[in-house]
Formats: sequence, C-alpha cells, structure tokens
Amino acid sequence: MELAIGIILGCCALGAGMAMIAGIGPGIGEGNAVASACEAIARQPESKGSVTTTMLMGCAIAETTGLYALVIAILLIFVAPNILVNILTEAMQAL
Amino acid sequence: MKKPSLRFRLTDAFYIAMMILPIVFGIVLKVLTKPATTGISITGAGIYFTIPMPIQDFPVTESQVNSVIALVVVLFLCLYLTHGLTEKADLKRQHFAEMAVTKVDDLVKENMGEYFNGFTPFIIAILALSAVSSLLTLCGLFPPTSDINIVGGWAVLVFFLITYYKMKCGPVNYLKSFTQPVALLTPINLISEVATPVSMAFRHYGNVLSGTVISVLLGSALAGLSAKLLSFLPGFLADIPLFQVGIPAVLSLYFDLFSGCLQAFIFAMLTMMYVAGAFDAETFFKKKARKSAKNKS
Repeated sequence: MELAIGIILGCCALGAGMAMIAGIGPGIGEGNAVASACEAIARQPESKGSVTTTMLMGCAIAETTGLYALVIAILLIFVAPNILVNILTEAMQAL
Repeated sequence: MKKPSLRFRLTDAFYIAMMILPIVFGIVLKVLTKPATTGISITGAGIYFTIPMPIQDFPVTESQVNSVIALVVVLFLCLYLTHGLTEKADLKRQHFAEMAVTKVDDLVKENMGEYFNGFTPFIIAILALSAVSSLLTLCGLFPPTSDINIVGGWAVLVFFLITYYKMKCGPVNYLKSFTQPVALLTPINLISEVATPVSMAFRHYGNVLSGTVISVLLGSALAGLSAKLLSFLPGFLADIPLFQVGIPAVLSLYFDLFSGCLQAFIFAMLTMMYVAGAFDAETFFKKKARKSAKNKS
C-alpha cells in the first residue's frame, strides 16, 4: 500500500516536471519576438509605442502553450495525487 | 475657486471609506477563518461556508467574496471620480477620469473600428475589474483572478459576444463560416472556436497563479537559507529569517503590480480583437443595403 502511494506521488511529480519541458518553446519564441521588437525600435524610434504594444500582445499569445503546460503541472501536483490515492484506497477496500 | 461645501466633503469621505472598508472586511474575514501557517502552503480558494442546494451544495469561496469586494471597490472608485463634475473641470479627479476614458476610447477606436464605438464602457469595466482583482494581493487577499472559475466566467461572456457578432450576418453565414476554407477542416474549426475562451481563461489565470506559486516558493526558500547561514548568530537573532525582509518585495513588484496590470490590459486587448474580428462588416453592410433597397421598391 505504502509502495503504491509512493509510486503515485513520485510519478505525479515526474509528470509535472516533464510537462514543464514545454516552457522551452515560449521562452525561445518570446526571445525572438523581443529581439525583433528591439531591432524595429532601433530602426524607427518614433514607433516605439505601437511596437511595444504589439510585442506585449504577441508575447501573451506565445505564452499560451507554456501556460497550458503550467496548468497541467499544477493539476498533477495539487489535484491528481489526492484523486488517485482515493481511487486506490477504494479499490483496496473492495478487494 | 469656491470652497467645497460640508455636504460635498462628507460624500467624498463616504466614497473613500466605502473603497477601503470592503478590503478591511476581506482581511478581517481571512484572518478570522484561516489559521496561520509557516512554510510552504499553496492552496486554492478557501471555502467560507456552503449553502445547501437541491442538486449540489453551493460553496461560497474566498474568490467569490473577493471578487464582490473588487466590484464594490470599482463602483465606489467610479462614484468618487465622477463626483462633482463641472464644465470647467476644477477638480483634479475629473482630469484623471477624463484621461482614463479618453485613453480607452482611443484604444477601442484604433483596434475595433467605427462600428464598435459603444464598446468603451465594457472594455473599461473589464480593465478595471481585472486590475483591481489582481491588485488585491497587495493587501494580502486571495486574488480572484487566480481562480479559474472567475476568469472562466469572463471568458464565457466574451465567447457569447463573439458568437453574437458572428451571428449578425445571419445564422446561415455563421454555420457556413465553419467550413471555410475547405469542408474537410470543420472539426478543426470547431476546436479552434472552443479554444478561444479556454486559452483566454488559462492565460489570465495561469499568469496570476504562477506568480503566487513562485512568490510562496521563494519566501520559504529564503527562510530556509537564512536559517542555514545565520545560525551562528547569538540568541534570538538566529531565529529571525533576515533574508525574508525586502527581497520578496522586488519579486512582488513584478508579479503583483506589473503582471497584474499587464494581464488586465492583455485580456481587454484580446477581447477587442476577437470581437472585432468576429464581425464581418463587409457582408453585414452589403446585406443591410440589399434589405433597405428591397423595402423601398
């Protein structure tokens, strides 16, 4: 029983860590977006306002995939262990 | 300039008090019901009490109470800013209120076009509500925006708006828009239709929640670090987590102040873009012109 609970907790933590590999993508994407925005502002300093607004919007949208991964990781850490352990104890009682 | 009358000043005091009192009420409620904890404690919204209902019990959670607090604060902020409006604008707050309205008005005009001129109140309401909700963390309250139920509600509202403006060109055109550009892509179009509110809700909620989680982790890590490094100090000095003083405030500046306001702005911008993008102006006006021509003849 303890072993099974330990495996559940460990696998949930591992899964959460693996889900956050998705954080690489938004990092690269936002870096590219900000680099291009810097170039644009350097070329045309007078368009700073609109470039910054567009960059923030683009960053927010590029962030979405990372946030999906974050939500899954949070579910795996805070929600999934309780549910899985409850299912396990119910199954053990039924036996 | 004429000195304001006693009644005017009393009303002002009442509005300011009504802005501060709900926050104090929220803090008192939290202190009375939540036991103090040390170390890492990341929990969702606490449940104050449950109302029994026929199908399922209705829990009144921290986030619901705090979002009502945010609503009351925004209401009395608006009442305070618009109190004593004159044509000459001799109060400072009138300048501030006019500036806010003009800024959002320009934003709406720039992003949504002529047809959506009446959208300013809705956008400014979303902005103010979201910003005030996120900034409640500065008072130590649970921010309602880090609960997906609250943000999901706003996203569903935006989804209804999008569907309404897509329906403006008639239900046939609305159904036909799913088979664009090829009929084979209909399932993917359906998924992207549902993904819009989901991604909006997740974006806002994930940003605020990740800030909270990182702040809590950093706080407990600093406590552990100071316990390890400063244990050589004599007496009670060793028990005080000295590293916890000041350093989390720098992160709070980003996660609470900057990120909260930025997410409010992004939510409002995305609302504007999605709603404006859903409205097919060309077809709508063509149809309208055809209809009026038919009525004349």
